[in-house]
Amino acid sequence: MTLPLGDLVAIIPELIVATVACLVLVLDPITPPSRTHWLAWLSVASLVACFGITVSRMDATVTAFSDLMILDPYAGYWKLLLYVVTALTILLSLAYLRVERIHLGEYYGLILLSLAGMMIMVSAADLLVIYLGTELMSLSLYVLAGFKRFEVRSLEASAKYFVLGSFSSGILLYGISLLFGVAGSTRLSAIAAAVGTHGLDDPALLFAMILLVVGFGFKIAVVPFHMWTPDVYEGSPTSVTAFMAVASKAASFAAFLRVFLEGLGGLREKWYALFLVICVATLILGNVVAIVQTNIKRMLAYSSIAHAGYALIGVVVAGQAAADNETRALGLSSVMLYLAMYAFMTFGAFAVVALLRKGGLEGEEIEDFTGLAKRQPLAALLMLVFMVSLAGIPPTAGFIGKLYVFMAAVNAGLTWLAVVAVLLTAVSAYYYLRVVMVMYMREPDPSAGLVSRLTTSPALTLVLASAFAGVILLGLFPDPLVSITTSAVLPFK
Amino acid sequence: MVPVFFSYFSLVSILAGVLTVALPNPVHCGLALLTLLLHVAGLFLLLNAEFLFVIQIIVYAGAIVVLYLFVLMLLNLKTDERVLHHRYAVILVAAAAICGGLLLMALRSPFQGAKGHAPVEAVLQDGGSYAIGITIFNEYLLQFEIVGVFLLGAIIGAIVLAKTPTAVDVEPE
Repeated sequence: MTLPLGDLVAIIPELIVATVACLVLVLDPITPPSRTHWLAWLSVASLVACFGITVSRMDATVTAFSDLMILDPYAGYWKLLLYVVTALTILLSLAYLRVERIHLGEYYGLILLSLAGMMIMVSAADLLVIYLGTELMSLSLYVLAGFKRFEVRSLEASAKYFVLGSFSSGILLYGISLLFGVAGSTRLSAIAAAVGTHGLDDPALLFAMILLVVGFGFKIAVVPFHMWTPDVYEGSPTSVTAFMAVASKAASFAAFLRVFLEGLGGLREKWYALFLVICVATLILGNVVAIVQTNIKRMLAYSSIAHAGYALIGVVVAGQAAADNETRALGLSSVMLYLAMYAFMTFGAFAVVALLRKGGLEGEEIEDFTGLAKRQPLAALLMLVFMVSLAGIPPTAGFIGKLYVFMAAVNAGLTWLAVVAVLLTAVSAYYYLRVVMVMYMREPDPSAGLVSRLTTSPALTLVLASAFAGVILLGLFPDPLVSITTSAVLPFK
Repeated sequence: MVPVFFSYFSLVSILAGVLTVALPNPVHCGLALLTLLLHVAGLFLLLNAEFLFVIQIIVYAGAIVVLYLFVLMLLNLKTDERVLHHRYAVILVAAAAICGGLLLMALRSPFQGAKGHAPVEAVLQDGGSYAIGITIFNEYLLQFEIVGVFLLGAIIGAIVLAKTPTAVDVEPE
């Protein structure tokens, strides 16, 4: 057995994250309880190192472990996004865990293990490796969802996520095994070659494709595979919810796009229509059901379903059989851009929810926000910016993200889809701006007000400042990010 | 002789699989699962995969079913709490029809199958387990390592969720 050094050098960021995860788990028992935040800072430091390494390798495309892993600009882009989101999650957790009285050092270890799984997913070029990465990510998230061990809701979220997640993994694995049977290999390149020789009407290929759509559809929470999302997002600790809603969705989108564009690209005539239906259904259901929610975490859960629908518009454009490669590349880069914008605004919104307390508990009902502008002007202002951005109103990042996705759709001749999406954006403004209305237009109720307990934490200030800066700066100066996504798209053959 | 054994193992596997979900008593379900796993092991033997055969019996039929039975007996489930409701029969038939249709569809497809790289003589001389070992630690090394990290996460997760609360966890702010 020989282990080429080059392969290990290529996956140094993954190795750092996995090693630091183990280190955190080992150091936890010997760290005094009052010093557990050292473990968090150690994790953040490792992420900064990984960020530097990945940035320095952004331009090169390297394959490792005989093509099992591919480290291209596409993977690099997603990894950078994941590092940022994970670092923000850890910083948010620093303050949040203390208030929620979760004193378990394993928390940071599991977050890093989950990140390691996501990094494997985004740079794997083999279905089996993608599957293992997905499982590593999900397993850590199942446990993290149940971290508020004294709250029934949290345990319920964990159990529900685990059962439905395992079921969807089984479906994904069944699809992978069928593709293995057809192609004789799980490499995406071998599957692409098999699709070329077998043609479009091979029933096993179509069957496998449908199973993969179901498996990945669950991970990115699109209709009709979204049922788990509101309950899990509501019950999980808010810092974990933010991590799930942003990082796990971004990593799943990355892996799913690579599988469908590189491995099953030859079948896009078939999956294009499937995604078109899923996309419209997701947009409608996510936006309409969000209106009737009274709990802000459930409302944000439906909002995240709707945003997956907007991102799917770009996927549909990238999968158009008739369009030229330039149009399809525009679709793909618009998905990448959209998810980066989505990351900042959704994370910011969840961070504000985590910040506000009502009588020792989290203020989760939208009613709790009544008159917040008078009590906590800063928190209300931040929430205002994130809500405006989620609704897609300029000059915020949410507007630019939607603009690029809709432009890609119009450019590809899908004007009707863009029109439907714009109309549903108008619907979404209702439930986002309702929160703003409740905060700014109503007088505070003296008996049931929200109190911010966390403003003294420098880490939390950093998180909110970063999310705020991300939303505003990406909204005003999107060009650098646009050029990065354009240069990092997958090569279309 | 092989077709006879194949039909026996597969028919009993299917029957035991149905019984696993349909029997009223959970302990009987566990025993049906044991029958299922043993007969699937028989299928592995017919494929000359003696390593998988042994692993299937030791790990699944041995360790996992015993664990299931322990948990079932500890939980002391009532036998009358039937999971399979009669009114779902229509849905079940529909689901079975759809699954059967999909399977027939998949069967019409020309499966290429995976071909191993190990020379036949080497496999015959050193046995399938040797060939599997060589493959796992060469071709599938990366996957093997990821599984290692994954299992570490699973152990940590199980410990975290099962930990008893300490004073630090419940003391007020």
